Amino acid sequence: MAVTEVRLTLEPSGLAPIDIAETIKGKFPDQVIEVVESRDQVSVIIKRDQIVAILRFLHDDPLLSFDHLQDLTAVDYIKKKEIRFEVVYNIYSIRYRHRIRIRAQVPENDPKIDSVVSVWAGANWHERECYDMFGINFVGHPDLRRILMPEDWEGYPLRKDYPLKGPEFDKDWAGFTDVVKRSKELREFEWAG
Amino acid sequence: MIQKEAEKIFETRELSVNMGPQHPATHGVLRLVLDIDGETIVNVTPYVGYLHRGIEKLGESLSYFQALPLTDRMDYVSAMSNNIGYCVAVEKLFGIEAPERAKFIRTIVGEMSRIANHLLWLATHALDIGAMTVFLYCFREREWILDLYEMICGARLTVTFPRVGGVRNDVPQEFLDSLWKFTDEFPSRILEYETLIDQNRIWLKRTVGIGVISAEEAVNWGMTGPTLRGSGVSYDIRKHIPYDAYDKVEFDVPIGTEGDTYDRYRCRMLEMRQSNNIIRQCIEKLPAGPVMADEPKFTMQPKDKMMAITHPTKQHAYFILEKACKACGMCLRACPAKAIVGQKKVPHTIKQELCVSCATCYATCKFKALTIVPGGKGLSDEKLAELAVAPNELPDDIKKAGEYLVRQFEFVKKGPKAPEGEIYVATEVPKGELGFYFVSDGTGKPYRMRVRAPSFIHAGCLPRLCAGHLVADVIAAIGTIDIVLGECDR
Repeated sequence: MAVTEVRLTLEPSGLAPIDIAETIKGKFPDQVIEVVESRDQVSVIIKRDQIVAILRFLHDDPLLSFDHLQDLTAVDYIKKKEIRFEVVYNIYSIRYRHRIRIRAQVPENDPKIDSVVSVWAGANWHERECYDMFGINFVGHPDLRRILMPEDWEGYPLRKDYPLKGPEFDKDWAGFTDVVKRSKELREFEWAG
Repeated sequence: MIQKEAEKIFETRELSVNMGPQHPATHGVLRLVLDIDGETIVNVTPYVGYLHRGIEKLGESLSYFQALPLTDRMDYVSAMSNNIGYCVAVEKLFGIEAPERAKFIRTIVGEMSRIANHLLWLATHALDIGAMTVFLYCFREREWILDLYEMICGARLTVTFPRVGGVRNDVPQEFLDSLWKFTDEFPSRILEYETLIDQNRIWLKRTVGIGVISAEEAVNWGMTGPTLRGSGVSYDIRKHIPYDAYDKVEFDVPIGTEGDTYDRYRCRMLEMRQSNNIIRQCIEKLPAGPVMADEPKFTMQPKDKMMAITHPTKQHAYFILEKACKACGMCLRACPAKAIVGQKKVPHTIKQELCVSCATCYATCKFKALTIVPGGKGLSDEKLAELAVAPNELPDDIKKAGEYLVRQFEFVKKGPKAPEGEIYVATEVPKGELGFYFVSDGTGKPYRMRVRAPSFIHAGCLPRLCAGHLVADVIAAIGTIDIVLGECDR
């Protein structure tokens, strides 16, 4: 019942994001592909094989202590990169106030990656959404079902090759094609004034 | 022996009960399947997605400006905070900064939205648990805030008042006066609510020790905002990664100890007082100056730069130079008043009696065939033909305003081009941490726009919060995590 008002004390670790990236590189030298910096935020691009081990290390290490999974999502780089998908983990340490972004590459022909629900329980719904929207399988997930789309939905909406209005937009409502046809006819009228 | 026999005959099984999706206490369209053993919850399975509108997909097909109103439709209870979250993220992506005054105004309206959100939360949470009176009291004050919103932007719920690079318009003095009066009275109003429920025996019975979650577990589940702070974790993005004017005001972050429904309730009550203080400090410190960043590449230019053309008192006429007109039909299609007539391959003409002098045609014409006749409103076509000069021979002020107008048109049509890169920016909205993750490929639209919605994560925690409690406590658990399904489903 006791709710106190505290003034937050700053407890920064003093670790720059690039230092954290170096730590990961030192610990898993054969897993890190690239370290990218964009607007003061550092991303570490890694292979997917040891994703759980890497994230478990970041979560448990007393000096890093990444206890808060801010966001987990995927990006579809179709025709832009060789490996199509990247699963993105934005993680933050509430204790030390530093953050890092981990991007794991997932190829198109075998879209699967190990689940991190064992590290952060909150990853559960994130991964389900990611599966729902991108069709990436999270191996070891306790309950991998569609979450936002209906369970019998076909296709993965957030993939770049999925049309914005849905694959059967024209077919769904026959009246729509009529309207388009009529608007084309009427447009000719305008020229006559 | 007899008992064993009886158990064999009267076999007990868990019962699955469907709650929702149209249950009023689920704050939207949330469907829960409860597996119950008698009155006790064994398992809860939430089903969401009934309000899914594909905002992330839509955002990827719209320019950075067009996607802003979509954020209103996520958390419609505190639309202002969502707008701010989006604007802060896009500003960081563009690498621009809002002017000081705009930052303070955004802090003010952001905290107003926090109060409005918590009031609605308290009203419905109390109503769900059985305290009807609080509902009516809370809506009295929420109405005041919504009226204040209406004063500055004309809308009450879907405001779209903050913009990328600042705010839509400056706030009037009456708004600040009325808000100051509100902040004077509001603390006593909070006391009123607390008198009703703070020590109320029924309220305590329904909230103390319900939905307990420890600090470590709450962090592990990804909880944020007051829901997390009720468990005693001091994570507030306004303090951790300050944005807008939060590093220039002083405020405390209320922290709970037990991590139960009652502590989360207390946290929000104290947070409203802090928000009240922040608003007062911001009004006192509000600096003078512009409210929109002057970044021609990324932000809309102020309208007064185009006033030489577009102001209603300017009686300009528009005229099509026959020699230059290529009869492309662009102006004809763009004209909102349908005042331009013409046919293919014949130079168009303007019906002067229908023209509303909006300058749309002037900004659309690519062949410099459309010109302005200053003060020429009401003259006959022959007279206009005499007076009309080519666009590049017009008076200087009109020429300059015209350039701005054309640039504005291009800007609105194509949108500002963001530099390549990626960024994750989180802001503290009333419900928790609202994060935007942008991947830009250097075009006018985001390559990937991801919204980290706090309600989505919190709804995922429901099975954990409800386990082992009674059916009636599910309602308390839904109330205490403060979810809005519009944001959860996006």
